[in-house]
Amino acid sequence: MLLRTAWRRAAAAVPVAPGPKSEAPTRGLRLRVADHAPQSAVPSDTATAPQAESVLRPLYMDVQATTPLDPRVLDAMLPYLVNYYGNPHSRTHAYGWESEAAMEHARQQVASLIGADPREIIFTSGATESNNIAIKGVARFYKSRKKHLITTQTEHKCVLDSCRSLEAEGFQVTYLPVKKSGIIDLKELEAAIQPDTSLVSVMTVNNEIGVKQPIAEIGRICSSRKVYFHTDAAQAVGKIPLDVNDMKIDLMSISGHKIYGPKGVGAIYIRRRPRVRVEALQSGGGQERGMRSGTVPTPLVVGLGAACEVAQQEMEYDHKRISKLAERLTQKIMRSLPDVVMNGDPEHHYPGCINLSFAYVEGESLLMALKDVALSSGSACTSASLEPSYVLRAIGTDEDLAHSSIRFGIGRFTTEEEVDYTVEKCIHHVKRLREMSPLWEMVQDGIDLKSIKWTQH
Amino acid sequence: MAASSRAQVLDLYRAMLRESKHFSAYNYRTYAVRRIRDAFRENKNVKDPVEIQALVNKAKRDLEIIRRQVHIGQMYSTDKLIIENQETPRT
Repeated sequence: MLLRTAWRRAAAAVPVAPGPKSEAPTRGLRLRVADHAPQSAVPSDTATAPQAESVLRPLYMDVQATTPLDPRVLDAMLPYLVNYYGNPHSRTHAYGWESEAAMEHARQQVASLIGADPREIIFTSGATESNNIAIKGVARFYKSRKKHLITTQTEHKCVLDSCRSLEAEGFQVTYLPVKKSGIIDLKELEAAIQPDTSLVSVMTVNNEIGVKQPIAEIGRICSSRKVYFHTDAAQAVGKIPLDVNDMKIDLMSISGHKIYGPKGVGAIYIRRRPRVRVEALQSGGGQERGMRSGTVPTPLVVGLGAACEVAQQEMEYDHKRISKLAERLTQKIMRSLPDVVMNGDPEHHYPGCINLSFAYVEGESLLMALKDVALSSGSACTSASLEPSYVLRAIGTDEDLAHSSIRFGIGRFTTEEEVDYTVEKCIHHVKRLREMSPLWEMVQDGIDLKSIKWTQH
Repeated sequence: MAASSRAQVLDLYRAMLRESKHFSAYNYRTYAVRRIRDAFRENKNVKDPVEIQALVNKAKRDLEIIRRQVHIGQMYSTDKLIIENQETPRT
């Protein structure tokens, strides 16, 4: 009791809201200085910062890249980072037992979100590891009889890369194309399944354009042809209702940091009835049913479990809100600007991921102009390269439109004010950049750009 | 313990809103205030006393979570967001 009041007094001494303070923990990147009227443009060297300078952080509209921790998740994790630090695989003392109990509780929470049995959940370091286990593990286990896999061209890099490495091992992989809407053609899938196909892998919700694949139908097809069905549900878990039994899913990848949980943790769902056999990638002490050896990080899995439980409770509320905000964003932009294309099917679409192409505007320059909003064009894992996203190329977007695309992410914590601010800045900068664009001028004059013969110099 | 009265529920509601306004992070602050309002509004017509008590107990636990997380947020606070200066004190 005494400690509590002392702590409260100490905490009360800390200012409620961060004002301009020179000794503030400057772990955050000093990005933008607020313009105070009397001061002239403040140079970027903050060593001699005047007292009145304050730096403002950009709005976060990139939830497909990662999400902030929900306070309820952090609250669940902290005891396991402070006091309950036992190894969950220590069988001989209370520290181990309490840690194991927390791990099993988290397993139950994850299973409950997707309609699975807790024994079917294996904790991993993230969806990338889960995808690797699913694809390489299943392929290698059945390689004596089955040497073919099917996936799509719009999958996440880790899935495509796993398939590529399997091709080097002698497997055959079919990369299904997608329609202009971003959704696969079910007839093509059926035609692609061969007698020696072991696995079909199709992601539930795409991280770049937000399209929802017809998972239940794909599950039905795979189950009738006796082929295992894996889905990378990193962007879908906790956001849309998923049931591994209704949708006949055999393997599913789950990512912690896409559902307001911690980074560095994920899970893989591996069906037990009928049993899916997987060859383990990581050897060791046999933890996680031998599928993934290594000490399970209790604080992280507790966070993942809490995130899943919160997501289950908040799914309907969040979905309603995010749909409304997404509608607001798209409508406002499309009403104020001509020549804006939304990439991906408008109907089979997760509302929180909006990918727009602004014709006659270069995507990177728009991103730089929108420096007060954290946005992305294409996925984080491909943003280092300058080539346009392979997902946009797969849905048949023209090269120039592919370069002009921006992805807006709306999440649980996004406010209407943030959406309005983003829309306002976006419209302003697109108009400004188009004013400067000679291509735009030509279009305004009625010239058809496709008819121009660009000469070589 | 006697079933929670209307006055107790309202006290809890006010306490949760009051505490939530101290979140130093804009996104957490706005979410907490909005969610609390919407949750209490959504459940305002619940009649079953057992259900009411369960909801009240959950709210009390959530209030404790908010208190702890507000403290932590204040200890690790950082700069404000770009729109916080322009924002009217609505949320």
